[in-house]
Amino acid sequence: MQAHQRMLDSTPDGLNSSEPPLLRTIGLTKRYGDFLANDDIDIDIRPGEIHALLGENGAGKSTLVKAIYGLIQPSAGEICWQGRPVVLSGPSEARSLGIGMVFQHFSLFDNLTVAENVALGLDGKESFKEMSARLEQVSKLYGLPLDPKREVWQLSVGQRQRIEIVRALMQDPKFLILDEPTAVLTPQEADQLFIVLERLKAEGRAVLYISHKLEEVKRLCDTATILRGGRKIETCNPRRETAASLARMMVGGDIKEVKAASGRKTTVPRLVVNDLSLVPAEAHGVRLEHISFELKGGEILGIAGVAGNGQDELFAALSGERLSKDPGTVVIEGIAAGHLSITQRRKLGAAFVPEERLGHGTAPRMKLSENALLTGHAASGMVHHGFIDTAATLKTVDRATEAFDVRKAKRDPEAASLSGGNLQKFIVGREILRNPAVLVVSQPTWGVDAGAAAVIRQALLDLATAGAAVLVTSQDLDELAEIADRIAVMFHGKLSAPLATREASREKLGLLMGGSSLEPKEAVHAVGP
Amino acid sequence: MQLVLEKRAERSGAVALVSPLIAIGLTVVTMVILFAILGKNPLLALHAYFIAPLTDGYSLQEIAVKATPLVMIAIGLSLCYLANAWNIGAEGQFLIGAVAGSWIAVKTQGTDAGAWVLPAMLVLAAAAGALYALIPAICKVKFGASEILTSLMLVYVADLFLDYLVRGPWRDPNGFNFPTTAEFDPVATVPLLIEGGRLHLGSIIALLVVAAAAILLGRTIKGFEIRVVGAAPRAARFGGFNANQLIILTFAVSGALAGLAGIIEVAGPVGHLQPGISPGYGFTAIIVAFLGRLNPLGILIAGLFLALTFIGGEQAQIAMKIPLDVTKVFQGILLFYVLACDSLILYRFKLSFPNRQVARGTH
Repeated sequence: MQAHQRMLDSTPDGLNSSEPPLLRTIGLTKRYGDFLANDDIDIDIRPGEIHALLGENGAGKSTLVKAIYGLIQPSAGEICWQGRPVVLSGPSEARSLGIGMVFQHFSLFDNLTVAENVALGLDGKESFKEMSARLEQVSKLYGLPLDPKREVWQLSVGQRQRIEIVRALMQDPKFLILDEPTAVLTPQEADQLFIVLERLKAEGRAVLYISHKLEEVKRLCDTATILRGGRKIETCNPRRETAASLARMMVGGDIKEVKAASGRKTTVPRLVVNDLSLVPAEAHGVRLEHISFELKGGEILGIAGVAGNGQDELFAALSGERLSKDPGTVVIEGIAAGHLSITQRRKLGAAFVPEERLGHGTAPRMKLSENALLTGHAASGMVHHGFIDTAATLKTVDRATEAFDVRKAKRDPEAASLSGGNLQKFIVGREILRNPAVLVVSQPTWGVDAGAAAVIRQALLDLATAGAAVLVTSQDLDELAEIADRIAVMFHGKLSAPLATREASREKLGLLMGGSSLEPKEAVHAVGP
Repeated sequence: MQLVLEKRAERSGAVALVSPLIAIGLTVVTMVILFAILGKNPLLALHAYFIAPLTDGYSLQEIAVKATPLVMIAIGLSLCYLANAWNIGAEGQFLIGAVAGSWIAVKTQGTDAGAWVLPAMLVLAAAAGALYALIPAICKVKFGASEILTSLMLVYVADLFLDYLVRGPWRDPNGFNFPTTAEFDPVATVPLLIEGGRLHLGSIIALLVVAAAAILLGRTIKGFEIRVVGAAPRAARFGGFNANQLIILTFAVSGALAGLAGIIEVAGPVGHLQPGISPGYGFTAIIVAFLGRLNPLGILIAGLFLALTFIGGEQAQIAMKIPLDVTKVFQGILLFYVLACDSLILYRFKLSFPNRQVARGTH
């Protein structure tokens, strides 16, 4: 660990401006056709600082870090490393300089062990045995425990992220880029990650931390650079800003506050799940175990949990994409529906919005009117005697466009040509315009800009106010706190008892997300190995 | 400077129309090179292939006659391919249809059976073709067997079955031992449209099939189902469409159309059942389906074009001693270019000039 010693000698607080920055971009510009993804961006990263890169989806964060990591070539401008201009022809060149990156989407092989996955990401100059030993050493040193012999599919998402971080650290980087690392973590896991990052900072390494969670950034970061529409808006000290002022810089205006109508009344149970157990259809899928809950009209139930704990399987079981042998496991509007197809469930008044917008919620290369027909053919008067009423499908597109402010280039474009936020508004609009009695939504605002997210959350609240039962699965605890009346947590295919939102603190939810029980006595029995 | 393929934001409608023409152009260029290598005058060869058949009435009728089975089969195949079900065995379904329909013709031979014979033959042929196509479809749905392999293998079963019948039980006793049935009775023959010509009622049926397919795909929910299942299987399941049911349905429909084409060919231009009733219609129809962009109207045009190559190939053989197999080479090259050009619908070529103004690093 000689490198660590050497790094410790440099200024630990990183505020000494006489020293050249570790990495500097000057007028960095990336053009895709007529579109400027990055427009003249200057950014300085100093040793020993945690630097936040803030911005909405499409603000240019990913483009900027891809250029810094050598994945794409800038159209203009330059990148300086320790004061010298460099051209990075690829990630391996960036790594050899001392730049590491942890991506939001992991590149791991499920059927290989931890050590094998790490070996695949390194240059292979050392023997597998030496590498495994070093892997254990580095993971212990930073408090990121990993068993090198476990196969990846057995690990939780948080543990998988650890592999990526350890793999990056084993190359002894001077500068580490992390892309939305806490998006997949429980609050407690996020706290552990922050300890690791503080330690890297103390060692004199620089960290570029991409996020849109403002509280996190205020707590952790020394500097924040805000991007909007491909341009740098500001570099500031986030601790001297408020969350609201940071948000204004990100969005370029005030976000409409989501308001729940006061005095929402709950009515009869509209969606009831009774002791639902289901064996996964796919290898490495999650088995659903004894899931029960009741959802009344006028109510929003949130389901929290780290991704991959059975949320997808639950969605499939509720929508009818997977059928249950026992009709009574899913009851919609008082009718046993566990054995009914998705079309029959739609006819009962249920509507569904899946997590994946392209390829699941819509057929990407089909027009919006055809995608309106995709879920509307069952019960929306779009089909007469087997013939499609094209005018009716177009009318649905127009109504969704108007009610939810869907921005598009022409009246009826292909789904794939819309931005993520606009497509999500269309999909949610398509379902809400059917006036559903029950709406099951998965990750409603995942990868959606703040403006669209506010519109969608408001629509869900309004739907509940109008008397529908709404089930929202989300990894974003802030979102659930904002709209849900009760929150339950999914872990290893089991669903906790719902907590009233005002009693569901981040700590409590975090414990449940990590598999602990809230009552210490029960924990002995309830928690597996 | 480098040439890169860049993804288009939206599929290009213009390229979708032009891409078959580009493919035909590239095929012609390749054929010119091939003719030159064979030592034939390329211009004369192209004239014999593409121009000569269009200059006399007999050839024009013959083109329509040849296009009839191609179009009918290709329409059925296009439904399969749109739904991501890969029926490669239309040739076998064509032969089984011909055999099943011929059964009525053979059994009623010489009796004074009425006008019901031909309709019954058509219905039975379609049913037999559908049932034969259901074998690979059910194997796919129940056991996950690759429908590409099973449907292809069943072609040879059908071929040998037909061979057995005309050499054995159904052989014409007065046929000088040739492997063929007796000439069908008039009530078992597809009527001609022009007295003394070649054009027959089958061509009208083919046009009706094209129109029906255009309505099915463009206007009905069933057609929409077929398109969604192929284009986005997971979205189709979310829409409530059952992919397995559609595999069964599209295979049955395409088998029925191939079987119908088979009996029309036997009871029409050929007039009796014999081996070699098809110069590979079931396989050429695959090319027709893709050249026609899996679109009914496109398939009609592509069917006429491929029929032209059959006639032109015969002309070229007579006039210039170019082997008939060159026609198959032509069709194969054409399919290759059609599939290659299709990538231009979703992608476009772009010249890129990587930025080289930045000083090289010193590392």
